Amino acid sequence: MISMPRIISPHHAQKIMNVVLWGVGLLAIVILIIIIGYILWNGLPQFSLEFIFGNPVGSGESGGIWPMIVSTFYVTFIALIVATPLGVLAAIWLAEYAGESILVKAIRFAAETLASIPSIVFGLFGLTFFVVFLQMGFSVLSGGLTLALMAIPTILRTAEVSIEAVPQSYKEGSLALGASKWQTIYRVVIPAAIPGITTGIILGMARAIEETAAILYTVGAALAIPMSIWDPARPLPLHLYILATEGVSLPNAYGTAAVLVLIILIITISTNYLVEKYTKKMMGR
Amino acid sequence: MARNWEEFLVEKVLLLAAISSIIIILLIIGFVIQQGLPAMEQVGPLNFIFGMDWSPSYDIYGVFPMIVGSLGMMALALIFAVPLSIFGAIFLAEVAPKTMRRILKPTIQTLAGIPSVIYGFFGLIVLVPFMRIHFGGSGFSMLTASIILTVMVLPTILSISEDALRSIPLEYKEASLALGATHWQTIKNVIFPAALPGIVTGIILGMGRAIGETMAVIMVAGNTPIIPGSILEPARALTSNIALEMGYALGLHYNALFATGIVLLMMIIVLLVVTNYINYKRKVTVGGGYL
Repeated sequence: MISMPRIISPHHAQKIMNVVLWGVGLLAIVILIIIIGYILWNGLPQFSLEFIFGNPVGSGESGGIWPMIVSTFYVTFIALIVATPLGVLAAIWLAEYAGESILVKAIRFAAETLASIPSIVFGLFGLTFFVVFLQMGFSVLSGGLTLALMAIPTILRTAEVSIEAVPQSYKEGSLALGASKWQTIYRVVIPAAIPGITTGIILGMARAIEETAAILYTVGAALAIPMSIWDPARPLPLHLYILATEGVSLPNAYGTAAVLVLIILIITISTNYLVEKYTKKMMGR
Repeated sequence: MARNWEEFLVEKVLLLAAISSIIIILLIIGFVIQQGLPAMEQVGPLNFIFGMDWSPSYDIYGVFPMIVGSLGMMALALIFAVPLSIFGAIFLAEVAPKTMRRILKPTIQTLAGIPSVIYGFFGLIVLVPFMRIHFGGSGFSMLTASIILTVMVLPTILSISEDALRSIPLEYKEASLALGATHWQTIKNVIFPAALPGIVTGIILGMGRAIGETMAVIMVAGNTPIIPGSILEPARALTSNIALEMGYALGLHYNALFATGIVLLMMIIVLLVVTNYINYKRKVTVGGGYL
């Protein structure tokens, strides 16, 4: 066999790959700037007091998106008050009490599965379980509870990681002073892990705010402000989907998209700030 | 005594919260199967999965075109996303200077956080007309959907691959460099092979994300329930099938959409089992072999 002549020397290969790797890195940044830039460039000019705080006219051809902002707030709130205790308490158990049993493995596999189930399947479940079986109807409650199920694994995982990251010496100190296990967790471990737990809750919140498929057939699509948790509603992503696919109003679709993008940007920046502060606190001093 | 009771009670409450994940998953699987089973039974499971025709008005339900659509879009997206993500991960883990990393990390995070309906909207307004002008047809196609999916799965594969590359012991790298290998040779022949199981896990999670995506795909793929003749023709994903028709489905049609959900669930569970197997193998080989 004749071996292939070496066309490119290792040092040339190094140079070529450096260019390729830099290119890919820059490409990711360019893609983000194009998408966000395009939405904000077209969406921000739609902003006005009337757009943010007004009611939609007709089916959203003109007018504002206030009911959609309120709807988003309601469903996200319901999702979080249900998912936060479940996620955080489960995380405490997994991090502090669980050993290596079949039950623990089953819980982890269940949480993992929950995190990877397609959102439309959550939507199907919400429809048959909350809307039909529990007779909650198309409502803020049905939508919010469906979103809660999706937020649980996000909150659980982030909270568990941050509880596990609390230094062993903190716990030993507390236990040596005669505190019980739960007192140690409650007074020492959780306060130390709070920034991480907060990050998890914010990430769960982001998941609830951006989700569309899971609420498509659980929350209804009413244009009015929901007066109670039993009323149907129309959160922002659903409104955007309807505006865009049914060709109702392009300017209002741009505006709605820009509001959503701004919310997500604020969330990303604040979680990054929290994480940075947290790592400094844990590593530094 | 009181203290012991408190400790006992707390542990049980925490355990209950932990078990809720299992209860929820069982409820989801149970209810979706219960609603989907009548359609599977009436059509026949094989006819349902391999049937080529989906016409609810004649009560004919075969989801094979949608399975092809979902898998096809996923495969195309991976062809684009895997090399990009791996190069991106290598860049972040090995090459990028600190400033660049401080910009790129939040960029990837933000890309992961953008709502899927925004990706769909961007695709509908920008990418579909672009494809129509440059590739002909309506612009709604499998290819258009996979380009959007590429951007959506990129952060998943990239960040998991980066973690895998970073977790390789420094000694491996030092040994290779000490033997006179260039940095790229070290990456290619030492670091990358050692990180491969982790990277594969990332790719599988990306597959799951691509198969499960609904809104972005629905808005750009065209959604005709026929096996596309080429990647430039429209196709329908399993997820879109549910989302498009649930609004007006009655009777057997309603059940058939839940049965579509069963097919989706089965695909995701297969992917999860494969990832767990890889992780298990990795722990055994790496954990046993290293000091």
